[in-house]
Order: sequence, then structure tokens, then C-alpha cells
Amino acid sequence: MTDKYTQLVSRGLGKDIAKKLGLPQPVVLRRYRPGQPLVQGPVLIQGSGSGADELAATLLSWDLDVRRHAVPREKLGAIILVLDEAARPEDLEKPVLAAAASLRDLAPNARVVTVSRAAAGTTDPAAAAVRQGIDGLLRSLAKELRAGATGNGILLADGARTTSPSALGALRFFLSGRSAFVDGQFLTVSSEAGQLAADAEKPLAGKVAVVTGAARGIGAAIARTLYRDGATVVVVDIPAAGDHLAKVANEVHGTALQLDISREDAGQRIIDHAVERHGGLDIVIHNAGITRDKLLANMDQGRWSSVIAVNIAAQLRINEALLASEHFRNSPRIVSVASTSGIAGNRGQTNYAASKGGVMGMVRATAPLLAAHGGSINAVAPGFIETEMTARIPFATREVARRLNSLQQGGQPGDVAEAIAFLASDGAGGISGEVLRVCGQNLVGA
Amino acid sequence: MPENGTSATGPKDTFAPAAGSAAAQQLRKAVVVGGNRIPFARTGGPYTKSSNQDMLTAALDGLIARFGLQDERIGEVAAGAVLKHSRDFNLTREAVLGSALSAETPAYDLQQACATGLETVLGLANKIKLGQIDSAIAGGVDSASDAPIAVSEGLREILLDLNRAKTLPQRLQVLSRLRPKDLAPDAPNTGEPRTGLSMGEHQALTTAQWKITREAQDELAYNSHRNLAAAYDAGFFDELLTPYRGLSKDSNLRPDTTLEKLASLKPVFGKNLGAEATMTAGNSTPLTDGASTVLLASEEWADAHDLPKLATVLDGEAAAVDFVHGKDGLLMAPAFAVPRLLARHGLSFDDIDFFEIHEAFAGTVLSTLAAWEDEEFCRTRLGLDGALGSVDRAKLNVNGSSLAAGHPFAATGGRIVASLAKMLHAKGQVDGRPARGLISICAAGGQGVVAILEAH
Repeated sequence: MTDKYTQLVSRGLGKDIAKKLGLPQPVVLRRYRPGQPLVQGPVLIQGSGSGADELAATLLSWDLDVRRHAVPREKLGAIILVLDEAARPEDLEKPVLAAAASLRDLAPNARVVTVSRAAAGTTDPAAAAVRQGIDGLLRSLAKELRAGATGNGILLADGARTTSPSALGALRFFLSGRSAFVDGQFLTVSSEAGQLAADAEKPLAGKVAVVTGAARGIGAAIARTLYRDGATVVVVDIPAAGDHLAKVANEVHGTALQLDISREDAGQRIIDHAVERHGGLDIVIHNAGITRDKLLANMDQGRWSSVIAVNIAAQLRINEALLASEHFRNSPRIVSVASTSGIAGNRGQTNYAASKGGVMGMVRATAPLLAAHGGSINAVAPGFIETEMTARIPFATREVARRLNSLQQGGQPGDVAEAIAFLASDGAGGISGEVLRVCGQNLVGA
Repeated sequence: MPENGTSATGPKDTFAPAAGSAAAQQLRKAVVVGGNRIPFARTGGPYTKSSNQDMLTAALDGLIARFGLQDERIGEVAAGAVLKHSRDFNLTREAVLGSALSAETPAYDLQQACATGLETVLGLANKIKLGQIDSAIAGGVDSASDAPIAVSEGLREILLDLNRAKTLPQRLQVLSRLRPKDLAPDAPNTGEPRTGLSMGEHQALTTAQWKITREAQDELAYNSHRNLAAAYDAGFFDELLTPYRGLSKDSNLRPDTTLEKLASLKPVFGKNLGAEATMTAGNSTPLTDGASTVLLASEEWADAHDLPKLATVLDGEAAAVDFVHGKDGLLMAPAFAVPRLLARHGLSFDDIDFFEIHEAFAGTVLSTLAAWEDEEFCRTRLGLDGALGSVDRAKLNVNGSSLAAGHPFAATGGRIVASLAKMLHAKGQVDGRPARGLISICAAGGQGVVAILEAH
């Protein structure tokens, strides 16, 4: 242990990390609380063209303090870099360097958001180059930002406008404290679907949401966040976790459903409960998951099959029931919890990573099936989150793991919950089949 | 949500106070919405440090979570405990205040030995039927682990006198009366005050009187464990129970018990009767800790809250026997209450689909069944023309009962009512009539309370 640790911190990347470990406390992230202003300080919009102008007009209508030109030494709450008309790599220079001049004026916990076109949407090599180039640019810039500031990007599919409902929904999410632990990430807006909430404080008002695995940790945080955002919440967990589940249910004024989601009839039971008790079902959050870690060489059938059964097979079966149900037709939303392990892999987690990779594949393939009903399905992939589970990781390992991201700290369960609540809202209706990482831009992985 | 106006405009002022069949037709229905209990734990187990109030609050909170009753003002909550500390004078109200219910929910305590739980259901159901309240929670709790221990009668008198003494010499004089024997605590026991016999010894007399064999008692116990285990396996309790302190099943349950194992146990009661002693720890209920709750409502209230209506509480009946003079066995009162209740509704055993006869001891159940099959007893003691009849064993305690689940005295009624309501709802109609279930609970003091529930 000591040997490996010494090797790690004595050179290269590890040395840098070790230096960082000696630094004072990483900044306290600005996390969303009801009543909080969307951004702290003026918003500078860089970029020219109608997309930028329309966006500026919209932000003005939100009563934000919008700047089209930087005022030297004025602290900024956010910089929005609108690059949707960039046709070739040379087009980046002017707006990007203009934004660069303002980076030192960013307030703590400020935001940089790029708005550009999805690279997959073009066959023109130069356009593809600039669009893909923005990916590298943003991810690098996010790593340069300090003091809790984050950089994220919105990718518009061809046809989507900078002011499409979900482009604005994603922009609000990235600007706000809801995205505190989301860094270096992109969200693709693929359609005009979706609708911004009438009441930004209660984006889920009138919705009935089901959260699996809600007895504790991230699941309980999801239940609280959905409740805060106005949803009626049904919390689900295995019968053996019923006491914790009851506490969560009572906290969020919801109902508890003790149910093993790997049961054959779980989907129907969930639908029946939501419809009978609450008159419908709008949102399902597949959060329940288990780990049974073992090196693949030592893997046994029980560890493998239980992880696959709970983490992915159950979700597939429940989704089948949801898709077949007439009660899940009114802009239904599904959000699944994946994991960065499913993206980057993790030693000892072949079964878990297979299941979580599976979740991402499922989400991609299910998106078109839900589109017919104005629905969407997405996944959130948490990185290092401070939970009871990660608290059991040995100190040194944990300390390294939680510093290995651009924000130099672990995320909170609520950070994952915020991303899920956003993707479950109608403001994200034009975003579907996507995987959003909530990892503080973890240095390992994608 | 506030109570709706039904109680103000209901029919309570319009029918005669005497309960007749005509008046009964004007009553509203009281429905069982569902229930929640914590797993029952053998004494000295995981609930050792849990008070009655802790357990009742936990059972209430689980019920609230299941049915979304947070901040709801329930019409009334009634519960009780058999073994009760003096500080628990307002046990149920305190549990309500500690729960997620509205603090404006009234509550009262009730105590009728082991019939406490069922009696809370009947009393509250009656209030709902009368239109006095629209919703209610019935319940019961008991801890044999956290039982009250009182100071001896001598010490109690000395302490009270000491409090009244005004001067130092007076106080010293009072204290001088203290003797070592006064310091021995007065622990509770299950002995009958008027006979000095424990409940088990009383039942041993009855068991011997009705010539109930050891094999028959062991078989009943075996079936109880087998049925309860099967119910757990089928997920029957998923919506009836909320885990507590790490326990998610009744700790007394022995899914792997066998008739051979039960037969190997030594008798514990009736060893001095002359006849063969047949009652063992296996065919008697152990001391148990636990709590249960049942949500009752008018049909309108249940509908307005989008809640299920599992069963209706048709009626109940209490009886008591003169066990002090040996006329009947201590736990035989239900044998008298059941035929009276059936007769009031023109029903026979053929009209009953589930028999829930509380297994205080296997001998209690079997003695009661034997009495109902006995022509002589039914003619002379019950005033019937002949035997009341035989209970179809296939309909008896089909999801297990107290021998397997355990028996936290006041909590047993709520356990049975909620489970039976679920079974009746699943059964639905039988031959064009609602499925019916009979509950029979014996209690200390020679009492018994019985009830009939119908599928809604």
C-alpha cells in the first residue's frame, strides 16, 4: 500500500496531485437552494450571430445582468460562449480569445458555458473539425478554471436553436447551483421538445415520480430533490430496507412501496401504486443498484448474476412495462443512474461496469421508443460521491479519489439528485438518450 | 386534509340508540385500509432497549409512509399496551406526537389484556360507523423486555410517607421502617391475580380437560411456522410490515422446524396435574416485543384519499368466563363470544372463509375447536341445539399465527386484522357473497373478543 502510494505521488501526475493534497480546503461549491439567484453576477455573452443575439435577449427577459462586451475588472457570474455558427477551426479564435480576456474576472463558483453544434450532425470536414474542436477546448478550459468555477457545453443538433426549450433548460441548469459538481460535460439538445417550467422553483409541480433504491444515500437525496422541485414522490426499496424507506417517505410527504425491483411484476406494481394512490405516473428514476466487487478471475455466479439482475435486467423489464402502459404516455421521463465505472472501467468491477455500461446502451436505444409520447430517457453517471458506501473506502484511497477531479473534492448525493431532477423535468424534454456525468470532471475516465 | 363534513351531517342523530338490525342498516361502513407492524421479536432480542412508545411510533410512522398520511389529522388514534410503565399514561398520544401525523390528531389508550388490539379496532370502527369520525388508526404494542418494574409495596408506602414527612426526625422515623425485603423489586408476571396460576398453568388445566394431545398441539405449532414462513416467501408481508432495528422478519419464526424437533421439547406447563404434561415452549407463545397498527376509514374518506378498501369491519363481540371458580377455562371466553356473534348475523362456520384464532397456546386453539365440536358443551354451556360445528383446518390461520410470529400482547389484534383484511381482499367474492373472516382472541381475566371482517 505504502509502496504503491509512494510511487504514485513521487512523479508525474501523482506528484501534482500530492501537491494539491497539501492545499487548503477546496472551495465550498455554490449549491442550489430555493430562492437563490440563477447566477451570481453579470453574464457575459461572447460570440456573434443571430443565435447569440437571441440568447442575449432571452437572458435579458430573465432579468439577468447581461453583457455583450466585457467591462474590465468587473467580476462575472458567467461567460456564455456562443459558437453555433462556427464553420471552420479559424472561426474560434475571435470569440474564444475575447472570452479568455475575461477569465481572470470570473467570480468564485462562476460558470463558463459553450453553445455549439453537435459534431455528429455534419458531413463537412471543416465544420466537423471545429465542432469537435470545441469539445477539446471546453474540457481543457474546465480543468483550468479555479475556485469552484465550472465549464460545460450545450450541443445543438442541426435544427435546434440556441433558444430551443431544452437549450435554455440546459443553460439554466449549467448556470445554476444545481450543476455544482458537473464540470467539463456536454449535453446534446436533439429536438425542439420540452418546455421551461412556469415556476422555476417548482419545475416538477404536478408530476408523480417514482424513485427506486430510495431508502438511503443517493436515492434518498433524489427523493428529497424531486419533492423540493414540486413532485409527488413514491419511494421504492427492498422490503428489508423498509424502515429507512419509511423515514424518507415521511420526510418527502410521499408513499413508501416496499418492493424488490428484480421481481417479475415489479413494473406493474410500480405503475399500479402510482396510478391508484396518486392518479398517474410521469417520472421513473432507476436508482437502485448494488455492487458485488471481485476481480473477474475470482468472480462467482452469484456476484455476477445478482449485479446484472438488479442493475440492468430489472430496469429493462420495468421499462418494458412502462412502455406498454397507457398510464405512461404524457411526456414520460425516465432517468437511470449509471456510473463512471461503466465509462472508464474500474478494477474489481467487471460485473458492475457491465451493468452500468448496459444502462447507457439501454438509455440510447430506449430514447426513440419514448419519443412517440413526447418522452425522454437519460442517464446520470456519478463519479466520487460522498456516501456511506464511499465512506468505507480506506482513508488514503478515499482522499486520493476525492481529489482526482477538477473541483478537488467529492460530490454530494444531492449533486447527483440535481442532475436527475433536471433531466426529469420538461425543461430537458429535448434531451434524450444522453449520459450526463456528475463527477467534478474526474481526471480518469472519458 | 381536514375531516370532511360527514360527521356533522351524518346519520348519528337519526337512529335509535339500541342496536337493532334496522338501525344497523343505517350505519356507515368502516373499512380496513391497511396496516403496518414492526416484526415481532422474542424478548431479550433486538428490541430490548426499545420502549413501548418507540415501537408504537415506529409502527405508526411505517403506516404513515405506506399510505402517505404525513401531517394528516386522523379522526382518532387508539392503542394500548398490556405491560405499561406509569410514565406511559398517555402512550398513544405521545406516540402520535412523535410520529409524522398532524399534532392535532387526538388519541387515547385502551387496555383489555391481549384483546387490546382488536378492541381498539372495534371501538374505532364503531365510531366511524356512527359518523363520529372518518378515519382512525388502531394499534397495540408490548414490550416484555422493557417491562416496568415497580418497587415493593412496603417501599412504596415508605417513600410516600417520607414525602409527606415535614421534619428531619419525622423523616428519620419513616426511614427506620425500611427493611431489606422492601428493597426487592416487584416484577410483573403473567399470573392471574385471583388464582395465582400463570396463564400457561391455567391453559394446562383446560388442555387436559379437553384431552388435547401433545401431537395435535405440536402439529398446530408446526403448521403455524410453516404457514408464516410460506407467507414471508410469497411477499405477503411486504405491504404489512416495516423492518425495525435490523429485524425484517419475526424473530420467533423457525421456517425449518420439524414435528420431530417439536416433539423433542420438554413440557413446561401442567407438570403437576397427574395427567401427561403436553405443553412445551414449542406449542406455547414466547414473551415477545412488537407493535402493530391498522388504518380504518369510512368509504368516503378512503376514496377521497385514493386509498384501498380491503375489508369492512362487520361486527365484534366480547365475552368473559368464570374461571376463578373453575366453571370454564381461563382462555375459553371466545368459545362463548363466537356463537353469539355468528347468531347475530345468521351465520354458520360454512359462511366463514378464514378463521384467525389467536394461538396463545396450541392448546387454547384446540380446546376451543373441541368445545365447538362438543354437543354436550354446545347444548349446556352455549344453549345451542347441538354442536356448533367443526372448523375446516384448511381455513385456519393460513398465513401463520402467534405460535410462529410471537405474541406482543396488545399488538396481536392489529397483526391479525391487517393480515386478514389483505387475505379477504385477495379472496374477493365467494359464491356471490363477500369473503368472510372470523377473528378470535382470548385474554387474561377470562375474557375474549371476537370479530368478523368481510372483503370489501
